[in-house]
Amino acid sequence: MHAFLPDFEVYTPRSLREALALLNQNNHKPLAGGTDLMVLLAAGNLPAGSYLNVNGLEELGGMEVGKDKVRLGALTTYTEIRRQAILCKEFPNLVAAARQTGALAIQNRGTIGGNIANASPAADSPPALLTYDAEIKLISEKGTRVVPYKDFHLGYKKTLLGTNELIHSVYVPRRFRNWHHYYRKVGARKSQAISKVIIAACALMNKDRIQDIRLSAGSVAPYTLRCFQTEEILRGEKKSQAAIQKAKTMILSEISPINDIRSTAKYRRYVTTQLLEEFLLSLP
Amino acid sequence: MSKNRRRIEIRFRVNRKLRRVCVHPLTRLLDILRLELGLTGTKEGCGEGECGACAVLMDGELVNSCLIPAVQLHGRSIETIEGLSKRGRLHPIQQSFIQRGGTQCGFCTSGMIMASVALLMGKKHPSSAQIGEHLAGNLCRCTGYSPIVDSVRKVGKK
Repeated sequence: MHAFLPDFEVYTPRSLREALALLNQNNHKPLAGGTDLMVLLAAGNLPAGSYLNVNGLEELGGMEVGKDKVRLGALTTYTEIRRQAILCKEFPNLVAAARQTGALAIQNRGTIGGNIANASPAADSPPALLTYDAEIKLISEKGTRVVPYKDFHLGYKKTLLGTNELIHSVYVPRRFRNWHHYYRKVGARKSQAISKVIIAACALMNKDRIQDIRLSAGSVAPYTLRCFQTEEILRGEKKSQAAIQKAKTMILSEISPINDIRSTAKYRRYVTTQLLEEFLLSLP
Repeated sequence: MSKNRRRIEIRFRVNRKLRRVCVHPLTRLLDILRLELGLTGTKEGCGEGECGACAVLMDGELVNSCLIPAVQLHGRSIETIEGLSKRGRLHPIQQSFIQRGGTQCGFCTSGMIMASVALLMGKKHPSSAQIGEHLAGNLCRCTGYSPIVDSVRKVGKK
C-alpha cells in the first residue's frame, strides 16, 4: 500500500439528493465498487482529494424491465448482469462482456456505471453498450439529462459527465431480439486480463443481406469506438468476400491503435480485421 | 452525512463475531483483517485485484479484500479462512486440499479455498469447467492447478 491515507477525504451521503448537493458544492470524485480506484490507491496513483462513496445509494441500483427498454441502475454489478435472464436472451453482448470482465471476485464488485465513468479505452462493457444503442441518464442537482451513449466519450478519459453529475442509469432498447450478436475480447489469457482488442457487433439480416448493423471496437482508439463508416458500407450488402474485404479496409481507417504494455499497434490492427471477418462469416 | 479525513468507526462481522475498528475510510479490508484483527490467514499477493490471494467472502460473495475500502464495510459480514473450521475440524475443502496436494508453498491457498467455498455453496458437484471459471481469479505459481481442480472436484470423497 503506497498511498498516504490522510491525503484522502471520504463522504458517505445517505441519499442521492445529499450526494448531488455535495457534488454541486465541491469537487468530489465518486467511488462505487472500487475495482478501479482501489487499485490506483494501492499503487499510490490515486489523486489526493475528496471522494464520494456512492456505493450504498439505492436510487442508483436496481434493474427494471420495461416494454420497450431495460433500465440498469449505475450500480448494477457484472454478476447481476450475468444473472438476468432477459439480458442473456436479448443483450448477449452485454452478458458476454460481464462474464469476461476480470474474474468472479471483480464481477461481484465492479459496476456498469463505474466502468463507463472510468472511461478506459480498454473497458469491456462499453463496446457491448454501443452495439445496443444504449442511452445513459446523468443526474445532478439541476436535473437529469439522457444522452446517447455513442456521444458520451469525447477523447481519452474525457466524457460528457460534468463534475456535478453522476451516472444514474443505463437504458438499452429492446429491439435487438432478432439480431445476430457477436462479442469477442482478445487478451493475454481468458480471465483476469485487460483487452488488447475487443470487437462487439450485431446485425439484422434480411434473407442474405445485412439490413442493419452495429459495430464497435475497444482498445484500438483513445476511447471505445463505434465504427460508423464500416457499418455504412456493410449496410445493405450481401455477405461476400468482396464485402468483407471492403469492410476490413474501412475499419483500419477508423481505428487508431497504439503500442503499449499490452500489445502493439500492428497486432491490434491485424486482430481487429480478423475479428471483423469472424463476425461477418458467422452471419447466416 | 458522515465525513472524515482521519478515522471512522466500522462495525461489522468477521467469522460470525461482531467486530469494531477505528480506521481511515479507505483502509483496505485486507489491512483491517491482518493488522487490526490479527487474522493473517488472508494473504496479500498483488494488491491490485489480479491474483486472488486476499479473497474472502463478503455477505457470502467472493471479493478481493485488497479492493474493499473500510467505508463500504459497515454492517457487512466477512468470512475468512480462519472461520472455516468448526470445533477444531477442518472444512471438507481444506481436508481435500491437504489430501490431494492442492497446496504447495501455500500463499495462494487461503484465496483458492475461499473461492472454492463460494463455488461449493452454489453447486455441490461442480464440473471441471465450472471449477475453472470460479477459480480463474486465483493465481497459483506452484501446482500447475491440476491438484487444485482435483481437490475441489473430489471434495468429500475418500
